[in-house]
Amino acid sequence: MFDDHLKVITVIKEAGEVVGRKKLQKMIYIAKKLNFPFQEKYEFHFYGPYSEELTLRVEELCNLGYLLEKKEKVSGYSQYRYSLNEEGEGFLASYGTNIPKLGECIRTMNEQSSRFLELVSTILFFYHLPVEEVTDKIHTLKAKQKYTKEEIQEGYKFISQLEGCILQ
Amino acid sequence: MAKEMGQLNEEKVFKDPVHRYIHVRDELIWRLIGTREFQRLRRIRQLGTTYLTFHGAEHSRFSHSLGVYEITRRIIEVFHNRPHWNEEERMLVLSAALLHDIGHGPFSHSFEKVFGVDHEDYTRAILLGDTEVNEILRMQGSDFPKKVAEVIEKTYHDKLVVSMISSQIDADRMDYLLRDAYFTGVSYGNFDLERILRVMRPMEDGAVIKASGMHAVEDYIMSRYQMYWQVYFHPVTRSAEVILSKILHRAKDLYREGYAFKQDLTHFRSLFEGEITLEDYIKLDEGVMQYYFQVWMEEEDGILRDLCRRFLDRKLFKYSEMVAVSEVLKLSGYLEEAGIDPKYYLVVDSSSDLPYDFYRPGEKEERLPINLLKANGEIRELSRESDVVEAISGKRRTDHKLYYPADLIEKIDNSELKKKIKHILKKDETDLR
Repeated sequence: MFDDHLKVITVIKEAGEVVGRKKLQKMIYIAKKLNFPFQEKYEFHFYGPYSEELTLRVEELCNLGYLLEKKEKVSGYSQYRYSLNEEGEGFLASYGTNIPKLGECIRTMNEQSSRFLELVSTILFFYHLPVEEVTDKIHTLKAKQKYTKEEIQEGYKFISQLEGCILQ
Repeated sequence: MAKEMGQLNEEKVFKDPVHRYIHVRDELIWRLIGTREFQRLRRIRQLGTTYLTFHGAEHSRFSHSLGVYEITRRIIEVFHNRPHWNEEERMLVLSAALLHDIGHGPFSHSFEKVFGVDHEDYTRAILLGDTEVNEILRMQGSDFPKKVAEVIEKTYHDKLVVSMISSQIDADRMDYLLRDAYFTGVSYGNFDLERILRVMRPMEDGAVIKASGMHAVEDYIMSRYQMYWQVYFHPVTRSAEVILSKILHRAKDLYREGYAFKQDLTHFRSLFEGEITLEDYIKLDEGVMQYYFQVWMEEEDGILRDLCRRFLDRKLFKYSEMVAVSEVLKLSGYLEEAGIDPKYYLVVDSSSDLPYDFYRPGEKEERLPINLLKANGEIRELSRESDVVEAISGKRRTDHKLYYPADLIEKIDNSELKKKIKHILKKDETDLR
């Protein structure tokens, strides 16, 4: 009954702490695109793939008392930090299931900036298109982010790194 | 080389209860409406199971799609000859408005969850695949179907075009609020559409609203807020949705276990196998699904039979406010002990809505704000000008409920077990029904 909740808790547990709602959104989208069993539905918003369902799930977990959400002010805007509390740890220990390779991928993603994960998730959204077309899409749809060609290449490399990590 | 379609010799009109008339002057739009994929939308209700709560809510995605087209057509009339609006995008935005829901399946909310399909994928497949819609779109240009798909997916380069169909104040939302209010019979969803259309102005990143029209927009935001909580998230509708989803789960589980269904599963087989083709998908509609529910009421399997009866005869699950997860898990154990399978008879369901939000750099919900255009040319975000909107900006409202079959619990012979269940549900002997 709570399988999808437990998967989100697993992500936070493996990450230790996730700083930023956007970062959490993109991490789970990337994991989903890498075929980890996440069910949350994503749509392309103006700032990349975004899931309203995930937002609701995280809020539920906070309301149920399993996740800690800390709000802080950073240069004029609000930022949220997510971590697991004791109840969350207990819930996961009792009912969680092991998702092979997920932990390693999550930790690798968590080391990256939210800006970079936004780029990676956008590449994955257009992954069915040729690289040149994806680059054009990123430059058009994310013009304000000013991603360079080098960063886009880094994004592709990062996806290969994650795929390699799953295959090991 | 494809020849672009022009105007019809004579304007066609559809009578519509919300907009009075839907006007069609373009041959492309007329021919798209006539395709089998678009006609299929007549057989898919706009509000899914809401008709079990508000009996008038039988309207279809067909009428909503025409409504979105009509509002978009009228926005274009307002934008005509104004800066930032590119008249060459007219047919693109009209086609996208008309076809934005073309990939929706029957009772799509439950259907998509159970079968792991996504209506956006089918929208794309219908626009780009071997379909009547694609054949007609291609007459407008070989890349035209792809452009329509990009507008609907919100990945088209022209943000103004995208925002006319998908933003916090777009043709889609404006039509569904008015239409759903009309058909459910509630009075909350109404707002002054005429006024909003008159004060919309095109800008590079999306439409803005002249500041003089702020109060009409306030009314629209409040209508939306009311409709979500009074209609879309109504707990009885959610109960019907829960049962519908359990019917599909049960049928799928039985199929996988090799259960011998009395009736051949022609329409469901590829879905259960996880290999649904576009043609199979297009054949599915709510009539087909409800036919199977009728047939499954005669099945040997008690759970499938009972769930179908509940849906068709409107014997829905009751609901309580959510309790702690540990209590839910205990409850699940008690139901199992009583011979009621919690996999199909106990559900936690949550609803959540954010009536209005604006983008804060780096965080939040990634929604573009509604911007006001002041008389001096200055652009101001709506909640900075409106106290009413400011009061609800960024405030998410959430509701968690627990759904269960009160009638089956009532019939439990073991009185001790029944008492424990009722204690968790915080119901006494009399109020379970």
